[in-house]
Amino acid sequence: MNIVEVKNISKSYGKTTALDDLSFEVAGGELFGFIGPDGAGKTSLFRILTTLTKPDCGTANVLGMDVIEDYRSLRPLLGYMPGQFALYQDLSVRENMNFFASVFGTSLEENYDLVAPIYSQLEKFEDRLAGALSGGMKQKLALSCALIHKPELLVLDEPTTGVDAVSRQEFWEMLRRLNDEGITVIASTPYMDEAGQCDRVALIDEGNILQIDTPENIVRSFRKPILAVKATSMYRLIKELRGYPWTHSVQPFGEYVHYTEQREEPNIDELEAYLTDAGLSGISIKPTSPDIEDSFIALMKDNHTHG
Amino acid sequence: MRTIKFLLQKEFLQIFRNKSMLPIIFVMPIIQLVVLSFAATYELKEVDMHVVDFDQSDLSRQLVTKLQASGYFHLKSRSRDIDQGIREIQKNEVQLALVIPPHFKKDLRSGKSSSVQMNIDAVDGATAGLIQGYGRSIIQDFNAEIQPRATDVQRSGIAAPGMEVIPASWYNPNLDYIKYMVPGILVVLVSMIGMFLSGMNIVREREIGTIEQLNVTPIKRYQFITGKLLPFWIIALFELGVGLLIAYYGFNIPFVGSALLLFGIAAIFMLVVQGIGLFISTITDTQQQAMFIAWFLMVVFILMGGLFTPIESMPVWAQELAMFNPVAHFIKIMRMVLLKGAGWAEVQHLTGLLSLMAVIILPAAILRYQKSTG
Repeated sequence: MNIVEVKNISKSYGKTTALDDLSFEVAGGELFGFIGPDGAGKTSLFRILTTLTKPDCGTANVLGMDVIEDYRSLRPLLGYMPGQFALYQDLSVRENMNFFASVFGTSLEENYDLVAPIYSQLEKFEDRLAGALSGGMKQKLALSCALIHKPELLVLDEPTTGVDAVSRQEFWEMLRRLNDEGITVIASTPYMDEAGQCDRVALIDEGNILQIDTPENIVRSFRKPILAVKATSMYRLIKELRGYPWTHSVQPFGEYVHYTEQREEPNIDELEAYLTDAGLSGISIKPTSPDIEDSFIALMKDNHTHG
Repeated sequence: MRTIKFLLQKEFLQIFRNKSMLPIIFVMPIIQLVVLSFAATYELKEVDMHVVDFDQSDLSRQLVTKLQASGYFHLKSRSRDIDQGIREIQKNEVQLALVIPPHFKKDLRSGKSSSVQMNIDAVDGATAGLIQGYGRSIIQDFNAEIQPRATDVQRSGIAAPGMEVIPASWYNPNLDYIKYMVPGILVVLVSMIGMFLSGMNIVREREIGTIEQLNVTPIKRYQFITGKLLPFWIIALFELGVGLLIAYYGFNIPFVGSALLLFGIAAIFMLVVQGIGLFISTITDTQQQAMFIAWFLMVVFILMGGLFTPIESMPVWAQELAMFNPVAHFIKIMRMVLLKGAGWAEVQHLTGLLSLMAVIILPAAILRYQKSTG
């Protein structure tokens, strides 16, 4: 059964198009990820799914209800965590929990089991004001507040933005646990390395969905061979590679540069000779296997050239 | 109902936790009443005076002494040069340069008329008017005192009979400016709480993004708005009570009318100003914008509301505009009820106007709020 069914949704603000004729489905029990850069339209899409804004055209059906017609009966079934921390900074951890529990007609005690794995980490700060929590703690509190009324669908807008690497990993593990308990989760992130945490991901850019698939399939669909190139001067390396006649894409990737070629099989020796001639030192070139970031960048490049 | 209770709980928790705002809410009535009532006075105190006495007679000295003895004028310097007096005014050393002409005593004693000149610093027109008024009346007194002696010389007889007007000032027998000011200041106080705090509070939810989280909860609009308006409605009425106590015990402001009537009308008045505050919150995105608009409106309301100058002395168009000024109506009602003991019969017309404003503005603001966040 599909929990979310979106058909041909568009949304623009003035002359800026945020969403351009989007369609997708999310099945019940999925951990579904939206991955894309800032300004891709993720937040606009989530605000439509959570009944906070209306699409210009198209329909969105969530939990079998229309987001415009049935918004009143839909809201209590949703848990939403906005991208910007939206709890009361001048209320304590406990007061925030109590407030959001009570407006949903429940209490922390009643649904404690559900939030326990997350909230237990916050309990020693119960009396601390939410504004005084660290980034990771804030996100845990926001997740607890979004969960307290046992929602059937959890919508999280960039929950790991501004959170350190360890907390990010921890956060995804929490989402996975909730998902195992039967809650469908839709989350967005600008970090491509987080794609692997999801059952399925949608790559989104400039209001278009470029691809929807499992992370493994997305990587597999990337056909071009990739070379990881390294040299002492990163800046000059990128510059020279861009000037190479066979270059298809050049993307910095940690201490390496990921390089793809227009030809089917790149010639490593030829490339090395070109770079040495250009006066670069410490050159190392080796084939590498693509990951989701390579796929995404390639897809984005296509999207830009065709659109 | 339960939801509204939780919202109120949350609001009061936040209000009482706000360390910078809370003291102001409770200290404001005291400070405003004390400072404004004493500072915004039309009584004259200790005007510095320069005397240019060309006559140097016992009579001219008597006049100067009489001015000093009144307690309103203080002799700061004297000279025999009018320009010196003007220079002193220019330097802000004195506000009045009094010039007594030569032959002042001789002219008066011989039954001729003489004139003294008052050069007044009129940058502040109101004070200048007061200096002129007080000065003139003292000089006239002086004139009356010496007149019989002067006329003795010519013909015996008593002061010429004539009409005398004896004014009786009702409701404020000593023409106490404080009694006029305090009721008005109390109105400004509750208006500020109504217009600024409740409107600002709503904008704040939008500014810091908490409105996003609230909007996905089953909280309904009317519950949200009630939760925002009610706390400040209660606080404002409480403040009015505190203010009235301070006014009564601290300033001896009479409280002739009915407290119940006054609070009943205040409750309606609050709905009007809170409606305006709510309306402002629907057309702004940040607290700064809301503050700016609220402040602009407030200044217009106060200046055209008869707090400092009576509405009756404004031009006709301004008086007609004052019809739409809730602050003006409530200031008038406050003065009528507090000082004159006006009852329902006397204030029902104005109260009706306020009620009309409430039933127009508040629903309009709520409607507009729904549209702006749809």
